[in-house]
Amino acid sequence: MTVALFVPCYIDQFYPHVAIATLQVLEKAGVKVVYPPKQTCCGQPMANSGYAHLTKGCNELFIENFTGFDYIVSPSGSCTLHIKEHLHDAENEKEAEYIRNHVYELTEFLTDILQIEQWDAAFPHKVGIHHGCHGLRGLKVAQMSELVAEPFSKPGKLLNMVKGLEIVALSRTDECCGFGGTFCVAEEAVSVKMGQDRVNDHLSHGAEYIVGGDISCLMHMEGILRRQNSKVRVKHIAEILNGH
Amino acid sequence: MNRENNDHATLAGRFNENEQRVSWHDETLWWVRAKRDKAAHTLPEWEQLRAAASQIKSNVLSNLSEYLVQFEGRALQNGVAVHWAADAKEHNQIVADLLTARGVDRIVKSKSMLTEECHLNEYLQSRGIEVVDTDLGERIVQLAGEPPSHIVLPCIHKKKEEIGELFHQHLGTPAGNADPQLLTRAARKDLREKFLTRRAAITGVNFAVAESGEFVVCTNEGNADMGAHLADLHIACMGIEKIIPQRKHLSVFLRLLARSATGQPITTYSSHYKKPRKGKEIHIVLVDNGRSVQLGRADFRNSLKCIRCGACMNTCPVYRRSGGHSYHTAIAGPIGSILAPNLDMHKYADLPFASTLCGSCTNVCPVKIDIHDQLYKWRQVLVREGHTTTVKKMAMQGMTFTLSNPRVYRFAGKAGRWLMNKMPYMVNNKWNTWYKQREMPEPPEQSFSEWYKKNRER
Repeated sequence: MTVALFVPCYIDQFYPHVAIATLQVLEKAGVKVVYPPKQTCCGQPMANSGYAHLTKGCNELFIENFTGFDYIVSPSGSCTLHIKEHLHDAENEKEAEYIRNHVYELTEFLTDILQIEQWDAAFPHKVGIHHGCHGLRGLKVAQMSELVAEPFSKPGKLLNMVKGLEIVALSRTDECCGFGGTFCVAEEAVSVKMGQDRVNDHLSHGAEYIVGGDISCLMHMEGILRRQNSKVRVKHIAEILNGH
Repeated sequence: MNRENNDHATLAGRFNENEQRVSWHDETLWWVRAKRDKAAHTLPEWEQLRAAASQIKSNVLSNLSEYLVQFEGRALQNGVAVHWAADAKEHNQIVADLLTARGVDRIVKSKSMLTEECHLNEYLQSRGIEVVDTDLGERIVQLAGEPPSHIVLPCIHKKKEEIGELFHQHLGTPAGNADPQLLTRAARKDLREKFLTRRAAITGVNFAVAESGEFVVCTNEGNADMGAHLADLHIACMGIEKIIPQRKHLSVFLRLLARSATGQPITTYSSHYKKPRKGKEIHIVLVDNGRSVQLGRADFRNSLKCIRCGACMNTCPVYRRSGGHSYHTAIAGPIGSILAPNLDMHKYADLPFASTLCGSCTNVCPVKIDIHDQLYKWRQVLVREGHTTTVKKMAMQGMTFTLSNPRVYRFAGKAGRWLMNKMPYMVNNKWNTWYKQREMPEPPEQSFSEWYKKNRER
């Protein structure tokens, strides 16, 4: 099985250690990983702003980079969902369709495709889980609090395999952090208030780390935590599964 | 987007100047959402009920014209008069003409979002007709000279102390007294006199049953009944999408409505109106006002399934922290943001962007409207139709150029990180909206692709 590693642009530029951790976690899981070097962005920032018609170049590039692999895996629920729902190319629709059906966010790939039941990692800390909305309500990596349905959580299942790690319960299990792409600056006041409220839920329940599968949400909450001079840090789940 | 200085972002920014109040507003509405969750979880068949309701409404939307004609026929047989209004203006005129023809210049009105949408109160006042809103929340905002901020909880943005002050001014309650029981009693006493003396009453319609020509009005206060029973003339105003095919379908909708709205098993009053009593009149005004246009928009027609429960507002993290008035439209929140652009794209171009697309609205919707997907689709339509700014357009084109060209992207990334490292003041300043209340991420020495090239591609 060969997996192509899809590293979203902001992770490539600002959080390379998350991409390295993702690469190493996949390799530890026994998968051959390739990083197509000419990748840039999935096109979501334009599409969510109403400019989906400008994403042609990004789509063509994505298909060029990610054709020919068994799976495409990414440490971002949001970017994965964008590809799954919106990757199209009239000239290469067959390839686009294959990619749409074989792109996975890291935790769902580990849980559903590799069916990981045991994992060797330790992280002796209290963590709060932040479910990014696109991973949660789009990819359904965990049960959504609005529905009357059986609870489950793919990130939660993986984190429970980590030695010493304690998951703290939150008052609101899956409220949006307020990042929302360009929303974070276009609606600055509401975005920040949402982020502050989300962070406070984790803080008031004693979390030492806020852990999630989407760095975009975590970047927003990290910005708020650092402005407050808080000792609490954010971590991508790949960093924790990678052991340290 | 074109409403500079009074678009959602600006109005929400103003609302956020008082952080404590935002927290209070958020927690109050979250409490309602939590009550909704609790009520939904008492029914193991909840998700099937939502699916059934959604399917019944799909059938209605696919056969709307036939159901409307059937409803009209049955209503006429029942002795009810039926009027058709193409838009808000026609609706308002029909209502005013009915009243003036009978020499009525003072009326009571129970809750109807349709009449808010049509700005009926202002119109009637301009024709010399006084309207008293009889729903307690609506009466409060009416006394305050404000529109409702929420479709089910019209005065949810007001604290009880502010209501005490308002009642002191208008109803003569003791100054500084904000005891909810005392205030409610004062409102009841004041409204009782109105009910007894007004000869005409307007109500909304929650459900209109095609097979029987009857309609159902749901209230918790019984004010629709008080108005309609005591008046000689009852005018019921409804959007054409309120039709349901059969009476038995109420067993689906009535179970969903109140649980979704407030967490109650059912509204206190679910009143059925079928035929006028002797010597009295019932008139129904069927209003289109853009609904047929929306029905013709394949991507947005499902928005017409809405039963006005307000659950999407209560769950919306943006609504809870921006307040209903920030949406500057009769129906606020996520559902309002997909309904309003249909009425006026220019005026409401900002609303589909007042969302993080988190999707919680779609999950609580009792008729399974794909609200957040429609918000995304409205964004595409609005940009395509030119309802955007030059600055945004240029930013998006610049971003597209960079992200479509790997070399440009790598260069821009490297240059950006270098700048953030060497000259942080170029980024961390007052022109950077992100930086106002958040730190920027710390730029690493190398990107992942640079690391990969060095460590893996040798």
